[in-house]
Amino acid sequence: MPTPPSFLARSLRLARRSPLASLGVLIVGLVVIAALAAPLLATTDPIDQDLAVALKPPFWMADGSLQHPLGTDHLGRDVFSRLVYGAQISLTISVLAALLGAAVGVAAGLVAGYLGGRVGTVIMRIVDLNLAFPLILLALAVVALLGANLRNLVIVMAITTWMIYARVVRGLTLTLREQEFVQAVRALGARDARIIARHVLPNVLAPVMVIWTLEVARVILMESALSFLGLGVPPPTPTWGRMLAEGRDYLTMAGWISIFPGLAIMVTVLGINFLGDGLRDLLDPRLRGQT
Amino acid sequence: MRAYIAARLGTAVLVVLGVSVVSFVLTFLTGDPAEIMLPPGATAAQIAKFRTEWGFADPLPVQYWRFLRRAVHGDFGVSLQHGQSSLPLIAARLPATFQLTMTAMVLAIVLAVPLGVLAATHRGGKIDLLTMGVALFGQSVPNFWLAIMMILLFAVSWGWLPTSGRGGWTHVVMPAAAIAINLMALLTRLVRTTMIEVLSEDFVRTGRSKGLREVAVVLRHALPNALIPLVTVVGLQFGYILGGAVVIETIFTWPGVGLFTIQAIMNRDYPVVQASVFILATAVVLINLAVDLLYVWLDPRIRVT
Repeated sequence: MPTPPSFLARSLRLARRSPLASLGVLIVGLVVIAALAAPLLATTDPIDQDLAVALKPPFWMADGSLQHPLGTDHLGRDVFSRLVYGAQISLTISVLAALLGAAVGVAAGLVAGYLGGRVGTVIMRIVDLNLAFPLILLALAVVALLGANLRNLVIVMAITTWMIYARVVRGLTLTLREQEFVQAVRALGARDARIIARHVLPNVLAPVMVIWTLEVARVILMESALSFLGLGVPPPTPTWGRMLAEGRDYLTMAGWISIFPGLAIMVTVLGINFLGDGLRDLLDPRLRGQT
Repeated sequence: MRAYIAARLGTAVLVVLGVSVVSFVLTFLTGDPAEIMLPPGATAAQIAKFRTEWGFADPLPVQYWRFLRRAVHGDFGVSLQHGQSSLPLIAARLPATFQLTMTAMVLAIVLAVPLGVLAATHRGGKIDLLTMGVALFGQSVPNFWLAIMMILLFAVSWGWLPTSGRGGWTHVVMPAAAIAINLMALLTRLVRTTMIEVLSEDFVRTGRSKGLREVAVVLRHALPNALIPLVTVVGLQFGYILGGAVVIETIFTWPGVGLFTIQAIMNRDYPVVQASVFILATAVVLINLAVDLLYVWLDPRIRVT
């Protein structure tokens, strides 16, 4: 029997076949590095105000300088430095929220699918209920009431994402439960918890990873929207959403304040979506080409 | 089929009840409403009086039952900020939000269907690549940023469209486009995928082999079959569209429920937030119900079983 090609070999082949996925890896890699190396990359302190250099344009425009490569905002804060520090916030919140949501959703889906019955019905009703809410409205209301901080934002974002995993994992578990290898393990006397952990869970992880990637992108968009509305991580911490909101009043004279954070959000989300699509092709050929 | 409809209605009622519980619980997330609604420095006696007067001293199930009974009668309490009953305040703003979201939906569908069909019929070609590029952009762009950029370009620089407010059709264009962009991207990809699937089916080959023109095969025979999943997804996305409207209404000061709710959230106007969350979530439930029933009517295979 020929050994299946290694993950690395398949990745390389995929990179050749799917330039978009490779581009995704590149973009996401750069954003992650920017976030991690923010203290090294930042040209000045991201919250330092210096009204003497307020509203300086990016370096390629007249009056711009490399001291502030992407210009400064109305308080003289360096846009580039705020962008790289903002990446930390966006990535931290979205990755943690997506992880928390995935953990809860996968657990709920496994239980609902494997045990079924009344417990399963109750879980799926809660999923329906959660899906009925305009999520951003729910998030806004909860954040406004509980207070905007990192922990609350992560929890609120997780509330908007767990249902998708629950639905997908439940569907997969329903099928897996009836398959012969699971029946065989059960006949051997394995306990339910062991069957779920050792035999069902590994078989649902591939689609979960794909959903997780795409959900990180969605959470970044939602976090920046909340932040834009003034309900993100509070100042002085720089966030992409608030930078964009603050630049609104200076659009005509200093458009760069709003344009760059918007581009940062878009490019990051685009990169993650490329990566997610590529991952889907790699991990689950059945889903190839689907939306 | 009657059993299916009955079961679907039952689910909808259960979900609406759940919605009412969540709307009710929203008030208690911060702890004691008395501490928030009364001015700081209120005496213990004042707090106790407030709690009894407003019924916050009763056990939670009693309070919930009262909330539910009043909600059924359309009474969500008096807006703390406006001093009027909160439901009529929201109802007055519903048409504006309805106009905006419907325009956005129509815009998204009208753009997505031809784009998706073109991409599917030119699969792998330049048109396909371009369309998918547009779709990926639409999926990734933050709609509030796009809104601001559109204002900068079309309103401030070129002066073609008004920057904000509600009036003639020119006022709707930018906010509707900003809400529509994400949905359009999603639908374009969906139409492309389903069209590719449908075009490979036997009845399409039969149609071609009996000499039908390709346009007729695609538009008359394949497209209607590809539109069924579209209906479901549009229904499921309604919640996201309303959510998008909340953000976009704030940017364009569009006088709808979204802007009103954001202001209520910022001012901690609980009765309005409660009423608005309840009404918008119920609207989503009803739309999804309608879509499911429409689906039964559209797809004879479900109708029979």
